Amino acid sequence: MARPIDFPPDFAPADAIGVPTDPPEERIEVGVLIVGGGPGGLACAIRLGQLLEEHPEVRERLGEVPVAVLEKGKQAGSHLLSGAVVDPGPLRELFRGRLTTADLPTYGEVPGEAVYVLTRRSAFRIPPPPTMRNHGNVILSLSALGRFLAEQAEGLGVAVLPETTASRLLVQHGRVAGVRTGDRGRGRDGEPLPTFEPGSDVLAGVTVLAEGTQGLLTSAAIDHFGLQGENPQIWALGVKEVWRVPRPLRRIVHTMGWPLRAAAAYGEFGGSFIYPMGEELVSIGFVAGLEARDVELSVHDLLQELKTHRLVWKILNGGERVAWGAKTITEGGYYSLPRRFSAPGLLLVGEGAGLVNVPRLKGVHYAIESGRLAAEAAFRALQRGEVPSRVGALGSYDEALRRSRLWRELYEVRNMRQAFDRGFFVGGALASAMTATKGRFPGRRLPTHPNAAAPLLKTGRAARYPAPDGKYIFDKLSSVFASGNRTRDDQPNHLKVAARVRRPVAEAWAWMCPANVYEVGADLGDGMVSVQVTPSNCVQCGAITAKGGRFTPPEGGSGPEYTLT
Amino acid sequence: MKIAVCVKQVPDATVHKRIDPETKRLDRSGEATLNPTDLNAVEEALRVKEAHGGEVVLVSMGPERALESLRKALAMGADRALLVADETAAGSDLVATSRVLAAALERVEADLVFFGQASSDGDGSVLWAAVADRLRRPLISQVAALTVEGGSVRGKRQTEHGYDVIAAPLPAVVAVSDAINEPRYPSLKGIMGAKAKPQETVSVADLGLPAEAVGEAGSRTVVLALGPPPARSGSVKIEDDGTAAEKIVAFLAERRLL
Amino acid sequence: MKALVFLEHHGGELERGSLGLLSKAASLGEAEGVVLGPDARAVAARAGAFGASRVWASEHEALAAPLPQPRVDALAALVEQTGADAVLFAASVLSADVAAGLAARLEAGLNWDLTDLLLADGELIGKRPALGDTVLVDVGWKSAPRLALVRSGSFDPVESGGAAEVEELAFEVSDLSTLARLVEQTQEEASGPSIEDADVIVAGGRGLGSPEAFSLLEELAAALGGAVAATRAVVDAGWYPYSTQVGQTGKTVSPKLYIACGISGAIQHKVGMQGAGTIVAINKDPNAPIFDFCDLGVVGDLHQIVPKLTELVRARG
Repeated sequence: MARPIDFPPDFAPADAIGVPTDPPEERIEVGVLIVGGGPGGLACAIRLGQLLEEHPEVRERLGEVPVAVLEKGKQAGSHLLSGAVVDPGPLRELFRGRLTTADLPTYGEVPGEAVYVLTRRSAFRIPPPPTMRNHGNVILSLSALGRFLAEQAEGLGVAVLPETTASRLLVQHGRVAGVRTGDRGRGRDGEPLPTFEPGSDVLAGVTVLAEGTQGLLTSAAIDHFGLQGENPQIWALGVKEVWRVPRPLRRIVHTMGWPLRAAAAYGEFGGSFIYPMGEELVSIGFVAGLEARDVELSVHDLLQELKTHRLVWKILNGGERVAWGAKTITEGGYYSLPRRFSAPGLLLVGEGAGLVNVPRLKGVHYAIESGRLAAEAAFRALQRGEVPSRVGALGSYDEALRRSRLWRELYEVRNMRQAFDRGFFVGGALASAMTATKGRFPGRRLPTHPNAAAPLLKTGRAARYPAPDGKYIFDKLSSVFASGNRTRDDQPNHLKVAARVRRPVAEAWAWMCPANVYEVGADLGDGMVSVQVTPSNCVQCGAITAKGGRFTPPEGGSGPEYTLT
Repeated sequence: MKIAVCVKQVPDATVHKRIDPETKRLDRSGEATLNPTDLNAVEEALRVKEAHGGEVVLVSMGPERALESLRKALAMGADRALLVADETAAGSDLVATSRVLAAALERVEADLVFFGQASSDGDGSVLWAAVADRLRRPLISQVAALTVEGGSVRGKRQTEHGYDVIAAPLPAVVAVSDAINEPRYPSLKGIMGAKAKPQETVSVADLGLPAEAVGEAGSRTVVLALGPPPARSGSVKIEDDGTAAEKIVAFLAERRLL
Repeated sequence: MKALVFLEHHGGELERGSLGLLSKAASLGEAEGVVLGPDARAVAARAGAFGASRVWASEHEALAAPLPQPRVDALAALVEQTGADAVLFAASVLSADVAAGLAARLEAGLNWDLTDLLLADGELIGKRPALGDTVLVDVGWKSAPRLALVRSGSFDPVESGGAAEVEELAFEVSDLSTLARLVEQTQEEASGPSIEDADVIVAGGRGLGSPEAFSLLEELAAALGGAVAATRAVVDAGWYPYSTQVGQTGKTVSPKLYIACGISGAIQHKVGMQGAGTIVAINKDPNAPIFDFCDLGVVGDLHQIVPKLTELVRARG
């Protein structure tokens, strides 16, 4: 059976590593450079802003721009998408003595919760598994949180620089010196257009990579500094919609089971979430592991299928979809974490570094927590008498992470995601045993397998996806439109995939992609086909990287413009 | 040369736009951006500045947070911004808005005032002519190409019938179409420097205008009611039975489109 | 209600949009026309047949070029002289500038982008589609004179067979109005209009099957005096140039007639052409979304239909 991993793209992580090339007088120098304006990067920026406010003498030494955040979206929050039910602890800690939870843009605490196992026609309510209990957690839009955190950071003197991608990690003499930002205004074949604006070398004492899922520079850094964890990293894909509903939903809902299939042979792991966002809005999403084997598995269409279930229909019926988006979720867990989270001049933060607790369905609070700890380590390394590029100067970050609550939590659930390789029921039983023993069962490391290594199979799954009606059930293209995606068409293709693949591989990409980017191209004979790519549809979810290709960031300012997700 | 560019914050294209049924005004609470054609105006202003020296000043009217959108134009290279941010000016129609903008522009004393021709929120797409009349300045609109030399400006205006080349002495008002140029990308240094550029916020009173000259009080038009749009009348779908071409011709003839 | 209707003329003929508006104004009350510029007197009398009770004309040398500001002087003087309740304009590049300039000059309310006018209890009300035509707004005026700019093509001219007196309009040209001057004028080149300017657009999508099929559309466009446009998918595939792309990331067009061939009608395309006056769609997939927002939908093979259509159009001359 065909496997996507056997058709690798013409791309190596080392392509994203370079040395400064701008003449010295044109280089931009900042104190701390943070790549990514998500919760991790912005928490790091905010904490640094706080520390520098308290220590003006350090701030002074860092020059005109002590802290800068690069954000590839139109603005902070543009590319942020999550459930999101968030553990507010790390946020409270970040703003301790400055803001209370009431000051944060949330929809309040989780009002109640229910977990269902679905079949096509029924829903069985089960007691929430211990990892899925959400009492005291808050509901929020991650995109809105991103905008809020960016404002807070700017208030502390941080330069938040939108529409700017980081295209290369600058490494000199074994230490990270900064990044090169991406070019803008190139044509389809890479030729500079009249508006061409080249990228810049941005140099920093400390570079913090907080790129989130599928970070290009993070993966390059892990490769370059040999930081790979014991297990390969794996991902799931989540697709969500926000609905304006006529009746308020008074609890959060998680579902398992249908429309996924329980048998291990299909490799289908995932479920749905339905969260109220105040009285008028509901966030509904479907998440499925990207190791799924069926070429016709499409998370977007699974979400549409889910909406045909009575349980969901009762919530959304009479409402109107107001937003849509998609994003991958890093799922490898403890054994897929990098061996270290620092290298000379470099810190790795948040989801890009694998800090996600899959059984708890949470990662935002880890991003914030790790961002805060990274800020404190960076600050320490910027003190007089210290040099951040010294080997070990940033090591206090690794120590702090390993001492933190998140490390203990990740360790306790270290094998849980892998257990579901055995299918839904066996996996559920194993997971219970792991919970009961606080992770001591089964007493060894269970492996993960790269998502792209799963052999593909075909079962005619797509025949069950409901037909779009443009009102309740939506096709992919109109959904891409709803994401606000307005990527310029005539820019170089940023998605690297093999030129010739086995037909099932191309089909799997076409179904997988929630944004209609890939289509099966010309028949090249011998069961091989070309892949037709429409890069301007891309909402930058990153699924192609998990499934055998490689996402790289297109021109800054491209991609979706999420505001409610 | 002093160049002013009138720009406006509009709801982002991605925002689910709605008209507030109570105020009957466009709900501007969501994400906002700079009106796209205004970027063409800013680009043209920067090109004039690059050729002739001087200063590019952004002039806008809107809520305080419009400064965020103006920053994009500052990042492109505009030198400073003047924002009339005043609650009393909300809901101004053409007459009232042009009054405020003209007063703000008097303050800037620009030799050349640029507007972007179209506004994505449907408002103000005729504003320049009203402003030009109040400032007593010559006007060239729908400009697809522009030259400035020897104290005069020459613009190629697109019309329904072709092109008119129009010349006017400075000071003058010019409205540009998006065909005139391709707006530049802000450089990273430009983005970093934008926030520190002078951004002045003034009230209507600061401009010497009484409160009753602006907002709904100063407006001469009124929104009465909101309703659903009429459906596309009589949509017809036919299967080709070999005579489809004839049917299309008959349809077009009936609508006098041939 | 007594309305003045600004009548534009081109090539010795009154513009159809102006005449349509005049007919509408006449149906609401007393309507007088205004014709300004070269040959004004010659064309003015024609307006009587479309409901004008009187037509004001001026061939003042300041009106020789199609510039807005002298026309504001003329209309301001006329409003004062006649005490008109309303001044109505059919939208054009010129009339929009005249209307807005006049609004400032007279401190008068201007409502624009209207698609209909009506009287309710003697008060003039305008209808304005907003937010991508998803809402229809009723707009009014607080005082006279009421200025209105109406979308082109909103009203059809109705010949009522009347006759109008033509009167000379006298006005003073302000200093302001002589500052701008016309240097050069070029008429539309013969090579056919660009898609932004075209009244008729024939557009092709993936349903064409091959780049060669665009020649069918080019022939139809030539027969109709229109331009050829394309969807993103076919531009992406290299079938047709990027400059012809209509849609979200291409151009937004609003021709009088849009013939969509082999276009499914994805929202990304729709937002670029939904402002077209009339939309005809030819597609062999009966479930294509375009059939939900076209005026005439034809389920069939465009390779059969388009050449025949071209032939029929040519035959009509």
